[in-house]
Amino acid sequence: MSLLDVIGPVMVGPSSSHTAGACRIALLARHCLGCQPDQAQLELHGSFAKTGKGHGTHQALLAGLLGCYPDDERIPKALELAKAAGLEFDFMEKDLGDVHPNTVRLNLQKAEAKVSVVGSSLGAGLVKMIRINQFEANFSGSYHTLLIEHDDKPGVIARVARVLADDEVNIATIHSARQKRGGKALMSIEMDKRPAQYALEYLTNVSYISWLRMLPEVMSGDKHDAE
Amino acid sequence: MTLNELVDFSGLASEAILKEEFDTEAERDLAAQQMQKRIAEMRSSVERGLTSDKASITGMVGWNAKGLWEADDVLKAPLLKRVQAYAMAVNEENARMGRIVAAPTAGSAGTLPGALLGVADHLELSDEHLLNPMFLAAGIGKIIGQSMFIAGATGGCQAEIGSSAAMAAAAVCELLGGTAHMSVHAATMALMNTIGLVCDPVGGYVEVPCVSRNAFFSVHAVSSAQLALAGLESVIPPDEVVGAMASVGRMLPAELRETGEGGIAATPTGRRIALKMLGENTDM
Ligand code: SF4
Repeated sequence: MSLLDVIGPVMVGPSSSHTAGACRIALLARHCLGCQPDQAQLELHGSFAKTGKGHGTHQALLAGLLGCYPDDERIPKALELAKAAGLEFDFMEKDLGDVHPNTVRLNLQKAEAKVSVVGSSLGAGLVKMIRINQFEANFSGSYHTLLIEHDDKPGVIARVARVLADDEVNIATIHSARQKRGGKALMSIEMDKRPAQYALEYLTNVSYISWLRMLPEVMSGDKHDAE
Repeated sequence: MTLNELVDFSGLASEAILKEEFDTEAERDLAAQQMQKRIAEMRSSVERGLTSDKASITGMVGWNAKGLWEADDVLKAPLLKRVQAYAMAVNEENARMGRIVAAPTAGSAGTLPGALLGVADHLELSDEHLLNPMFLAAGIGKIIGQSMFIAGATGGCQAEIGSSAAMAAAAVCELLGGTAHMSVHAATMALMNTIGLVCDPVGGYVEVPCVSRNAFFSVHAVSSAQLALAGLESVIPPDEVVGAMASVGRMLPAELRETGEGGIAATPTGRRIALKMLGENTDM
């Protein structure tokens, strides 16, 4: 934890878990889709469903889908903004099983592109993404995160790690989960910096990589000012 | 670093915190710029909160800060009124989805600006004087956070408001010329007198008792600074007090940790309000 995490983040209230955390989960989900969705189905679990309304969770989720960070003063108006932006949304309560009480599943769509993402808000604005489509996941949005769906076969992780190493990208965490042996797998890599565009393009073209997304770090309000 | 190490530092407490956190001058300058922005954000949230009486999302709060600020100062105690009004201004902004600086959390965001900006404005000190005290406040929060997770849901309100009051007490103490020894003891006394405080927000919303709790504990922080500046100390060493708070936090049953099922939240009126909110929530 840095000193600026203790006094911070700068955020729109009222709750670091139900508002700031919700916004970050949706922002990460938007990056998983790769663009702004035009349809979103939001399934709220536990405390998100129970006390979400009074905590602005709905607005925060929509704002995140529109690309807002937690300090964006447009968050309270997100319902109207979403409608104006042509984003059709639907909130529902749903028991997502044995997950953290502040959890949401976002089913997003834009034309042919679709993604389903589950994230939990752990408190103090920290989040954990636990599912991407059919795969279990584990990343926090505290780092630049690379998501890669690939064929489950030997050497894939080594190949990706090599490309990142050549670009002098330091890996903070790596998580990998597969559906079944020899099927598809998803790896999430949290890194200290964003890999160069050519490295990402190279990886996109690797034959056994079927899907790739580069997610920004979403924790520090200060850094996105600079982007 | 521990509080016991900080208490013996010969320079200003903020200096020790800055030395430990930043290796280079450049890093330190960047952080100072960001902290200055935080101070400006805090100021702006105080100003908005003092002039607005717009209801919060649930409608439970929204007019307290303005009401107090505009009321007669019957006690002839302008500092007291200022500190309380600033603290509630920030928390009511939070409750109406305004922009605030979590310090260390959103629910306790009013305590530090209430105490620190309140005292500075009362004494007409400019914002440059606030930078080092703010870093000290952050450093104290960080050290407490190493022993326990700073959130009402894990440690009770003592972890949230208690930590914010400890941070604010140290900051006010240093602002008024306190040594590292005094600032750490100010933080310790603030913490010691919040131990056991439960997290019991009505309906689970950060409004009641949270808004008024920020007002009370920002005054609590200023009192702690006053005692420390007069040379009073905590008999129990700082780190032991943090340890006590952590152990009490673990003993607190779930009902008293942000579930809205104990304390103030579990009063007949608290339950009634919660049910009403829930009713409105189902037809969303
Ligand atoms: S009662 Fe709970 S929610 Fe309210 S300020 Fe205290 S810790 Fe935060």
